[in-house]
Amino acid sequence: MTSDRTSWAEAVHAILRDHRVQQVPYLPDAGLAALIRLVSTDPAMRAVPLTTEEEGVAMAVGAWLGGQRSALLLQSSGAGNCINTLGMVSECRVPLLMLVTMRGQWGEFNPWQMPMAQATGAVLAAMGVIVQAVERDEDVAPVVAAAARLSNNTYRPVAVLISQRVAGTKEFGK
Amino acid sequence: MSARAEAPALDRREVAASILARRGDALVVAGLGAPCFDTAAAGDHALNFYVWGAMGSAAMIGLGLALAQPRRRVIVITGDGELLMGLGSLATIGVQRPDNLALVVMDNEHYGETGMQAAHTGLGVDLALMAKGAGFAAADIIRTREQLHDWVPRIVGAAGPLLADFKVTTDRGSPALPPRDGPVLRYRFRQALLGDQVALE
Repeated sequence: MTSDRTSWAEAVHAILRDHRVQQVPYLPDAGLAALIRLVSTDPAMRAVPLTTEEEGVAMAVGAWLGGQRSALLLQSSGAGNCINTLGMVSECRVPLLMLVTMRGQWGEFNPWQMPMAQATGAVLAAMGVIVQAVERDEDVAPVVAAAARLSNNTYRPVAVLISQRVAGTKEFGK
Repeated sequence: MSARAEAPALDRREVAASILARRGDALVVAGLGAPCFDTAAAGDHALNFYVWGAMGSAAMIGLGLALAQPRRRVIVITGDGELLMGLGSLATIGVQRPDNLALVVMDNEHYGETGMQAAHTGLGVDLALMAKGAGFAAADIIRTREQLHDWVPRIVGAAGPLLADFKVTTDRGSPALPPRDGPVLRYRFRQALLGDQVALE
């Protein structure tokens, strides 16, 4: 059921390195755990744990003003927290790469995850974020690579939504 | 509500001007509302980034900038209402401990742009204590001009992260509107800091 999260995490980490991403603000998610471990042990990157996701949007703006690229890692539950702050990214045309692991879709157990997860793509898009969904393990790396190029080259926020099918379904009571 | 023992007495424009006169090559982030106007009133500068929206963001923009430019001083000028909206950022900054970051809070204990409603800072909430609890190198409430003069060199040069909470009156000062077009503000900031080639790439 669960894909090999480590394989795409390694590929995505390599893409972030290729794109000279140096600041990686994040909120944890089980589906991102492998990538967070890789980033945290990479001396070329600074993994920055946040208390809420919009901090990472603001931090990415500061990083880019200072000449560094960043990637924001979050779970779909936190996408809503970013909404007002994303207005700054759209208004200022700042590159922002968001890697969002999804809850509330493939095989979800917890009904409370459903509303925000199902609205994630729509609310991000409403704020001017270009949303690209990934449903298959082998698509994660190429989509993240394309999203990084798109974001950096066109000065826009791009979110890659990584399906629960790929990121892994949380199991309860086991 | 009981009367305060000490009503805020500092002039926000004097606070901003005193700090920015000593800025050197510091990078300045100004939070929405009056802090933007205070910063502009002290003299517009390409290395001022005026945040006209995204309330709660100024401190975290400062963190991203401070980590990207560890050899430059980064001064964030924000309001008490804005910092209250992003209190978690104190914890995030405290964990990263950037020694080049100073947060300056223009604390008038009110929401000045929306009708002067009372803010938590006038009702017992101490932002400096919160910053200390988050691990800042130093933080204090500043009420007098003598304290202001002591703090100016610390804000522009002492090891951070620092938080200086200035208790200022509700007087907003004369209008001073900085540029507000986002792409212009971010372009000129990057051009001044990183040069033409990087800013245009």
